[in-house]
Amino acid sequence: MRIAFFVFFFLLATLAPARAQNFNVTETTLDNGLKVLLLEDHKSAAVTFQVWYRVGSRNEIDGKSGLSHFLEHMMFKGTPTVKPEEYARIIAKNGGNSNAFTSQDYTVYFATMSREKIAIEIELEADRMANAILDGPTFENEKSVVMEERRLRTDDNPGAALGEVANAVVYMVYPYRRPVIGWMSDILNLTRDDLIRHYKTYYAPNNAYIVAVGDFSTPEMLAKIKQEFGKVARRPDPPKVTLVEPQQQGERRAGLKKEAELPLLAFYYHTPNILDKDAYALDLLSTILAGGRSSRLHHDLVYEKQIATGVDADYDGLAIGPSAFSISAQVMPEKNPSEIEKAIDAAIAKIKSEPVSDRELQKAKNQVEASFVFGQDSVFGQAMRFGQFESVSKWQLINDYLPGIRAVTAADVLRVAKKYLDSDQRTVGLLIPTKEQGE
Amino acid sequence: MKPLLSIGLLAALLGLPSRGETRLAASRTVLGNGLVVVASEQKALPMVTLSLLIEGGSRLDPAGREGTANLVAQLLTYGTKKHSAVELSDALDFLGATISTGCSEEAVTANLTILKKDLDAGLQLLAEILTEASFPQEEIEREKQAVIASIRAQEEQPGHIAEVKFMEALFPKSPYGRQVEGTAESVKRIERTVLVDFYEKNITPERAILSVVGDVSQKEIAEKLTQAFQPWQKKGGGKPSVAAPTPGPPTIIKVNKQLTQANIILGHGGVPRTHPDYYAIQVMNYILGGGGFSSRLTESIRNERGFAYSIYSQFEPQKYTGSFQIVMQTKNDSAAEAIKVTVAEVRKMREQGVTEAELNEAKDYLIGSFPLRFDTNRKVAAFLSQVEFYGLGLDYPDKYPEIIRKINREEVLRVARLYLHPEKLIAVAVADQTKAALKTLDLEGGL
Repeated sequence: MRIAFFVFFFLLATLAPARAQNFNVTETTLDNGLKVLLLEDHKSAAVTFQVWYRVGSRNEIDGKSGLSHFLEHMMFKGTPTVKPEEYARIIAKNGGNSNAFTSQDYTVYFATMSREKIAIEIELEADRMANAILDGPTFENEKSVVMEERRLRTDDNPGAALGEVANAVVYMVYPYRRPVIGWMSDILNLTRDDLIRHYKTYYAPNNAYIVAVGDFSTPEMLAKIKQEFGKVARRPDPPKVTLVEPQQQGERRAGLKKEAELPLLAFYYHTPNILDKDAYALDLLSTILAGGRSSRLHHDLVYEKQIATGVDADYDGLAIGPSAFSISAQVMPEKNPSEIEKAIDAAIAKIKSEPVSDRELQKAKNQVEASFVFGQDSVFGQAMRFGQFESVSKWQLINDYLPGIRAVTAADVLRVAKKYLDSDQRTVGLLIPTKEQGE
Repeated sequence: MKPLLSIGLLAALLGLPSRGETRLAASRTVLGNGLVVVASEQKALPMVTLSLLIEGGSRLDPAGREGTANLVAQLLTYGTKKHSAVELSDALDFLGATISTGCSEEAVTANLTILKKDLDAGLQLLAEILTEASFPQEEIEREKQAVIASIRAQEEQPGHIAEVKFMEALFPKSPYGRQVEGTAESVKRIERTVLVDFYEKNITPERAILSVVGDVSQKEIAEKLTQAFQPWQKKGGGKPSVAAPTPGPPTIIKVNKQLTQANIILGHGGVPRTHPDYYAIQVMNYILGGGGFSSRLTESIRNERGFAYSIYSQFEPQKYTGSFQIVMQTKNDSAAEAIKVTVAEVRKMREQGVTEAELNEAKDYLIGSFPLRFDTNRKVAAFLSQVEFYGLGLDYPDKYPEIIRKINREEVLRVARLYLHPEKLIAVAVADQTKAALKTLDLEGGL
C-alpha cells in the first residue's frame, strides 16, 4: 500500500481488552536479535504475517521528511532475485493480499495468505530485509507516485491538511511535527543515497520484529522463520531519538484557509503514552466525551445544539514519543466554530469539576471492553494490536489493559481531566473554508 | 490500506474452497413471517453479528421526495413507541454494541454487533426498530439537517463529486443515477407521512434477509428469532417491481475546483450480478485494472509513468444493473496524457485479449484468495446476505473455484469485446480546469 498511516492509532486507541484472559503468544528472539511473536488462531483460514521495523518519521531529520515512507515504496522495487513490483504479483498469484504502511513510529510490511502458502511471504520478506536494491530506473517514477499520494491524501483533503498544520504547531521540537508522508519539497529532494543510508541504518533484524497471527502451527512457523531470517546479519544498533518536547506554556492556534465546505475545529492536549498509569483513565475519558451517540459531546453538540455534524475524541497513547489527546468537530452549515469552541470548553469545564456517575463510567468501560472483543474478530487487527504495543514497549502490556481499565475510578477520570485538559497546554486548529467554483 | 487492492476487487470475490466452506457451515431457514435467516455458528469469540438486508432502497423513493428510504433507515434508531432516541442511544452504548443502519439504491440495511451475553437484549432492540419505529417530528427535523449537512460535507471530497456526476450521466432520470441521500431540496420536502408510509410498506419481513454469525447455534437463533420477531408481520406487498435503467450517451463532464489533482472517472454501463458473463468479466477486469499491483493499468499508469498513486477499474454489479468505471487521480497537468494511456489500455484489451500467463495469475488469485475473505464474522455475515440476495445458493462456495477455473482466453476476449466500449465512455474530471486543459475524447486516442 505504501500508505502513510496517520489514523490507525485512533482506531486502536479504544480497543481495550474484554476478558481477563491472557493471550497465548509465543515469543522467541533469534540470535541476530529478531524478535518473533506468534499467535495461533484457527477460526478462519487466514494467516497474517507482518514484519515491523522500528523506524518511522520520528527517526527523520529536517530536510529529509518522508524518507521512511519513500523507502517503504522502494522496498517493492526488488532484490537481485526478485524483479521490481514482482513481490506483490507473486503474493497475489498465490492467493494472498499484501501491502505496507508507515507511521510516525514504525514501518510494516505484511501479507495475508493461507497456511499452505505463507512460506512464500516469509522467504520474500527475509530477502528484502537484507537485499533490497532501492535504485535503478524506478526511482524517479516512484517519487512521482509518492508526490501523487501526497496530493491525494493531504493537499486535496482539507481535514488531513489541517491535521498536518496543527501537528507542526503542537510539537516544536519532537519529530512528530513533520508529516509522515513528508513535505512536498523534501520528497522532491530525497536521493538514492538517503534511501540506502536509511535502509542500512534501520532495516536490521535487531531493529525489527515479526508478528504472525492465524491458522498455522507454531513449531512449523518458527522453524521456517528461523531458516529464512536467521540468515540475515545483525547490524549496529541504530541511533536513538533523544529529542524532548519542552513543556507548553500557553495556548497555541493554527489556522488553515483552504477550499472546503465546512469549518473543522480540533483541540490537541499533551499527554503521556500508554506506559503511564494515567493512560487507562485517559482512554475512558475519551469514551465518556465522544464514544457513541450518548457520549457527552455527541449528545450536546450533534444532538441537542446541532452545531456539529460529528465529534470525535481520541487518546493516542500508542505512541513512542509524546502523545496527544485530541477532540475534533466539523461545524454544521450556517453555524459558527466559536459556538463549538464554547460548547467544548463548557463540557471540559464540567468534566474537570464533577466526577462522572457510576453508570456513565460503567457504560464507558462496557464500550471499551466490547470493542476489545470485537477487535479480536480479525487476525490482521490482532496482529496490529500486538505490533503497536510492542512498538511502544512490549506486547505483554495488552494483558494489563483490561484490568487497568476495570480499576479506573470516577476520581481517576476527574484527576486526569484536571491534569491534562489544560488550556495552556493545548493547540487549537481551525480549518476556514474558502470557496471559488465554476463549471 | 491501499485503495488499489481493496476497492477494485471487492466485487470480484464471491466463491470459496473446501476449507473455508466447512468453516462457514451456513444454514438457511424461512421464518413464518417470510424472513430468510442464514446462520453460521462461530464459537471462537463471545460475540454475534447480525446483518439485515431489506430489498427496496432508494429506488422506491417517491418522486420529488428523493432521500426518503435513506431517511427512514437513519431514523430507525431515533425513537420507537417504547423508547425515545436518547434512551435507545444510551441502551446501545451501555451494551457496548455497535449498530448501524444504511441505505443503497436496492436495499435498506441494519447491522448489529453485540456480545453474546447481550444477544437477547440486542434482538429485542432490533425487533423494536423494525416494528415500532415512531418517527417523532423533532427527530425527523434533526435528521434532515444532519443529512443535508452530510450532502454538503461530501462536496469537499473530489472523488465523491466525480462519482456523483458519473452516476448522473450514466443513469439519467433513474434512481440509480441519483444520490441515495437525495438533494437538500428533496430532503426538505419529505413529510412525516411519507416516511411512515415508506416504513409501513417497505420494511417488511418477506423482503428481508437476516444473516447471523457468531457464538449462537442455528437452532438457538431460530428459536430466539421466532420469539423476538413475532411482531414483525408480513404486509403482503411482495417484492418491489424493478425498472432497469438505460445508460446515457458518452459525454465529458468537467468540474472546476482548486485542486492539485484531477479526479477522473471513465466508464459506461456494466452487467447485473446475476448475468452469466459476470465471472468472465471479473477475470478480464482483474487483468485490466482490478488486480491491484498486478493489473495492467497500475503497471502502465503508476509503475511505468508515475502518473498516479491509485488507479483501478471495476465492473460493479447490482442486482438489476451494473456499471463499469476506471477511477484515478493524477496531477492536473498529466490528466490528458493519463486518460489517453488509459483508453489505449482498454482498446488493447479489446483487440488483443490476455496472455495465458495473465489469465492463470488472475484465476489463481481469485480462487486462492477467496477463503481468506472470511477472516471475520462481519465479513461472513455480509457474504451470506449477498449469496441470498443474489440467489447464488449456499453451495455457491463449492461451485466458485470450478466456475473460475474453466474460463479461457477466448471467453475473456469475447467479454472484453462485448462489455468494454471505448467509444461510449462517459468521462468526468473534477480538477483545476485551467491546468488540466482537457479537450474532447476522440475515438482514436482518448483526449
